[in-house]
Amino acid sequence: MRGGTVRFVLRRLAQLVPVVLAIAALNFALAKLAPGDAADILAGQMGHATLEFTEQLRREFGLDLPILEQFLAYMGRTARLDLGISLIQQQPVAELIADRLPATLLLMVTALVLAIATGVALGVAAARRQGTWVDNLISVSALLVYATPAFWLGLMLIVFFSIRLDLLPSGGMMRIGVAQTALGQVLDVARHLILPAATLGLFYAAVYARLMRASMLEVYGLDFITTARAKGLSEGTIAWTHALRNALLPVVTLAGMQVGHLLGGSVLIETVFGWPGLGRLVFDALVQRDLNLLLGILFVSSIVVVLVNLAVDLVYGFLDPRITHK
Amino acid sequence: MVALAIAGPLLYPVDPFDMVGQPSVPPGGEQVLGTDVAGRDMLAGLIHGGRVSLLIGFMASLAATLVGLVLGAVAGYYGGRIDDLIMRTTEFFLTIPSFVLAVVLVAIFSPTILHITVAIAVVSWPSVARLARAEFLAHRDREYVQGCRAIGMPDREIILLQILPNALPPVIVVSSLMVATAILTESGLSFLGLGDPNQVSWGYMIGVARSVLRTAWWMAAIPGAMIVVTVLAINLVGEGLNDALNPRLKQR
Repeated sequence: MRGGTVRFVLRRLAQLVPVVLAIAALNFALAKLAPGDAADILAGQMGHATLEFTEQLRREFGLDLPILEQFLAYMGRTARLDLGISLIQQQPVAELIADRLPATLLLMVTALVLAIATGVALGVAAARRQGTWVDNLISVSALLVYATPAFWLGLMLIVFFSIRLDLLPSGGMMRIGVAQTALGQVLDVARHLILPAATLGLFYAAVYARLMRASMLEVYGLDFITTARAKGLSEGTIAWTHALRNALLPVVTLAGMQVGHLLGGSVLIETVFGWPGLGRLVFDALVQRDLNLLLGILFVSSIVVVLVNLAVDLVYGFLDPRITHK
Repeated sequence: MVALAIAGPLLYPVDPFDMVGQPSVPPGGEQVLGTDVAGRDMLAGLIHGGRVSLLIGFMASLAATLVGLVLGAVAGYYGGRIDDLIMRTTEFFLTIPSFVLAVVLVAIFSPTILHITVAIAVVSWPSVARLARAEFLAHRDREYVQGCRAIGMPDREIILLQILPNALPPVIVVSSLMVATAILTESGLSFLGLGDPNQVSWGYMIGVARSVLRTAWWMAAIPGAMIVVTVLAINLVGEGLNDALNPRLKQR
């Protein structure tokens, strides 16, 4: 990597500090806003706690201290990645989340790759045949997908592919004991991944297709495309090498901006398909009213978004060398 | 695009307002659309659920638009440190996964229609704020605004009476599209069991029907189709508004 890039990354990392602090502060505020504190919840679980006992718990947890001291203590813990203990599951929140994060990331990345590939291909196809039935079909489908709740689409796909056709598994991530070899395991996970990733990705594919179409049409209006045509290059070469690279920038920007949205969608999709990721954890935490866990998930998912945005900025530099990392 | 713009306003009044207009229809003897797992009439649920979804969608979007507009106007018009502060906050809210934040908000405060509306508004205002800021920023140094300042018009009047009417059209487009997003968010929340327990909603109906997906797929299919049609209609209206209010895009 060039020195400029390293400096750029370091500077961006430094910029993340206030954002992370703000996320932690928001989490603290939300925890304080919730009716009832940890002592109430624990005491309630025991079923026979006296008022004195609740007070004693409160002292143990430091919940009787002034709010500022509590806040500083909370920030200190968060800085050490100690997100507290899930009061229901009796495990550190950070561990629970770390267990589930890889599955969510796998689902998100697969969905995003599918979405960008499909969206870009369709967008380019629509732009090259502007005004024809191909263009109309793609635009109308995109509008339709745009209006479909992904979790419902997932259920319908389960009905069709799992129940009717019995082709794909309806939920879970792998079947225990089926695959002996490593390759078999990968294939098994992939089979389970198809439906949720397609469900999650489809919405974004529609978004990117529309954006890509508009962006391609804009690039087509520029002088260098006319030059390329004058040079006698084929339309295919122009579309896929000259125009694509330039038209891709807005898609990358949007994809980066939508990571948070994607994570939210993933919560619903994972619930539908029983995918053992963060989203499932959100659902479990909701059912069990496990606030600590819920806040931990909000914190970690925000951090994930911030980091992905950083990655997008770097990708930007590769796509468009004019953007130098200063 | 033009066809969609024409079709949008035509589709719109037929679609969602039919449902809003009618009060909860009592379960007829025939039960046109069957009954759900607890033997409740599906059609009644659909109509009732539609009212809840639309109410939350419109109110959340309205609230988010107002908040976003005020913050965006102040940031764009005054600039400087207040602009920095507001925009940092806006970007911060854009960074946080909005659906997860909405889930946490609704989970902390009990799930009532009011709380769900507020939670959706809280995660929706930043996009309006950004847009409004850009508009106000573009207008604040125009000649007509300078003229107003020269005759000693107070800032409040310049913002409300002079710039706002010019800045409003794109904001209206965004906030009409936001109604659709809000309805999708609401359906997602109530699908997760975060709906108002005293009110039926489409997402809730899908969530309930999930357990009998194998035997009665239509029970989940119908409310979902309602959401699709409603959101599609709202999006078409949004597109129609965009074409009507944004002459620059017309030739595309």
